[in-house]
Amino acid sequence: MAPLAPRTGDAIFANVERVNAELFTLTYGAIVRQLLTDLEEVEEVNKELDQMGYNIGVRLIDEFLAKSNVSRCVDFKETANVIAKVGFKMFLGVTASVTNWDAEGTTCSLVLEDNPLVDFVELPDTCQGLHYCNILSGVIRGALEMVSMKTEVAWVRDMLHGDDAYELQVKLVKQVPEEYPYKEDD
Amino acid sequence: MIGAGKIKQYANVLDKPLSRGRQEVSLSAFAFLFSELVQYNQTRVDNIAELERRLEDAGYAVGARVLELLCHREKGNRRETRLLGILSFVHSTVWKVLFGKVADSLEKGTEHEDEYMISEKELLVNRFISIPKDMGTFNCGAFVAGIVKGVLDGAGFPAVVTAHFVPVEGQHRPRTTILIKFAEEVLQREARLG
Repeated sequence: MAPLAPRTGDAIFANVERVNAELFTLTYGAIVRQLLTDLEEVEEVNKELDQMGYNIGVRLIDEFLAKSNVSRCVDFKETANVIAKVGFKMFLGVTASVTNWDAEGTTCSLVLEDNPLVDFVELPDTCQGLHYCNILSGVIRGALEMVSMKTEVAWVRDMLHGDDAYELQVKLVKQVPEEYPYKEDD
Repeated sequence: MIGAGKIKQYANVLDKPLSRGRQEVSLSAFAFLFSELVQYNQTRVDNIAELERRLEDAGYAVGARVLELLCHREKGNRRETRLLGILSFVHSTVWKVLFGKVADSLEKGTEHEDEYMISEKELLVNRFISIPKDMGTFNCGAFVAGIVKGVLDGAGFPAVVTAHFVPVEGQHRPRTTILIKFAEEVLQREARLG
């Protein structure tokens, strides 16, 4: 059977089942609110959101690979493009753009202009250190770790803090070759 | 701002124009998010009743906001004052906006005057969830029950809302019923209004 061609983000998004973005937005808001009430410290909430995102990411990558038919990415540049164009579109219905490549090609920025997580949201003065969308950084980190890339993801720009877009800096730390879990001779 | 071009920056989130509510995300994104919500709450509680209460609280916040949003956008800021009016608002408008379809049925309870039931063959939130046997009657629909409670409370119809599984013959998965028990004052007011 001939290998299936990779599908565009739009094509996949049109084929998956979709729900109202507002339900998604409000549910995420309820989660952040619960975390803030339970943990009280903004840093703790940031970490917990990242951890939740990580848990989602390790499972999301399976669905992503199954639905999008992308072939193995040759280098990190291709990976970042695939995340921005196909990944974000397929799950969140918005595309990101990739900018700010460094000289070695291991660090880049994903820029999101439209973000369904933050509709209706305004950060109060007491929570100014909160990275509201930190779940996204966890998702990217978790998903990439499952495909043998260890990364660090950090927020550079955040619209809730007054910037004009959302910018995530993704830095490839190292490629971890897959470990074979069984011993050869058994 | 140099190169601002596309996006106008609003100083205050209240000044941003309200979207028309047509934007969508994938079902799996929502399912993943909901599963994380449930898993996070499982680590913070000791028993099932507490877990249901926490999910209900999360849903309550969603419901309160959904009421404001939909009253403004769908109903032109008209307020429901009658019981049947608010029930059909929840059953049709709220369900249609949140879950993409009206609820399967709306019934009045036969045993008690103050009970109403909204039934759904398969709640969207429960689609990818299976309950282990040792959790008994726990239902993640408690989140949806919380949404309904938030809407009703905000509209001035205080009620106790719970979610139950009702086994149906011929169907492998039970259907879910949201049981709404209105407070005494609501029924008295309804009787006065005639």
